[in-house]
Amino acid sequence: MHIFANPARFLSIARPLTPWLGWIGGAMIAAALYAGLLITPPDYLQGESVRIMYIHVPAAWLGMGGWTGIAVASLMQLIWRHPLASVAARAIAVPGALFAAICLVTGSLWGRPTWGTYWEWDGRLTSMLVLFFLYIAYIALSSAGAERGSSDRISAIFGVVGAINIPIIHYSVEWWRTLHQGQSIGLGGSKIDSSLLWPLLVSTLGFSLLFGAIVLMRMRAMLAETKVEARLKRMTAE
Amino acid sequence: MNQWPFIIAAYAIGIVGTVAVTALSYLRMRRAERQASALTRRD
Repeated sequence: MHIFANPARFLSIARPLTPWLGWIGGAMIAAALYAGLLITPPDYLQGESVRIMYIHVPAAWLGMGGWTGIAVASLMQLIWRHPLASVAARAIAVPGALFAAICLVTGSLWGRPTWGTYWEWDGRLTSMLVLFFLYIAYIALSSAGAERGSSDRISAIFGVVGAINIPIIHYSVEWWRTLHQGQSIGLGGSKIDSSLLWPLLVSTLGFSLLFGAIVLMRMRAMLAETKVEARLKRMTAE
Repeated sequence: MNQWPFIIAAYAIGIVGTVAVTALSYLRMRRAERQASALTRRD
């Protein structure tokens, strides 16, 4: 990881990687959503509404994966003072919040025809809503930190502490057996039929690659903005 | 209950959100990198 600590070395890798991740991810998403909408059969129990899974599950994965990324980057910032770690954490925050929001809204739209309600204070739904609020708080804290410099450490600590919510979301369906269904995919295999499963895997991988491209674009933007700001300050001083 | 309006709404929200964050991130990156390279050229 330390080899990426140099922004110039990071940029030499990020520049060619960004379009590859973006285009391959976008193509995989388009193929998976087309298959999910028009090719896969309806579920025997849930009917057509199961098609929402191809948006909802990748969004949940990225919402949770995004915060895990923030926590890892924050740890690297706190322990090794990795110069790109805080940039990475801040770059993840906005797309992570967006995908957490997409997960909540699409879950709600799935819940109405399946459970008969848009919202229930169920363990999974509530912990996911908490994750969305954590993202909003992190964005506010890190924006203030980026302006003042000093409180950047506070947002890093917040990023690490907020990761407590990730296992809570994951195990919520086992700890509080309420409305949300249990885990369908685990290390031991999948309970989903292969005719419904393959577009889900393609969609999740495609969204993950695109998420990587988005984070790289945001990191590149932040590094360039920092460079412009530093140069303008130097020009003003001269 | 007709489930299709819910499916279409979910796909629309997912696609619009994803396209929006991708486009905004790309535009921000392009603007910042152009500014940075313009300043570098001026030096």
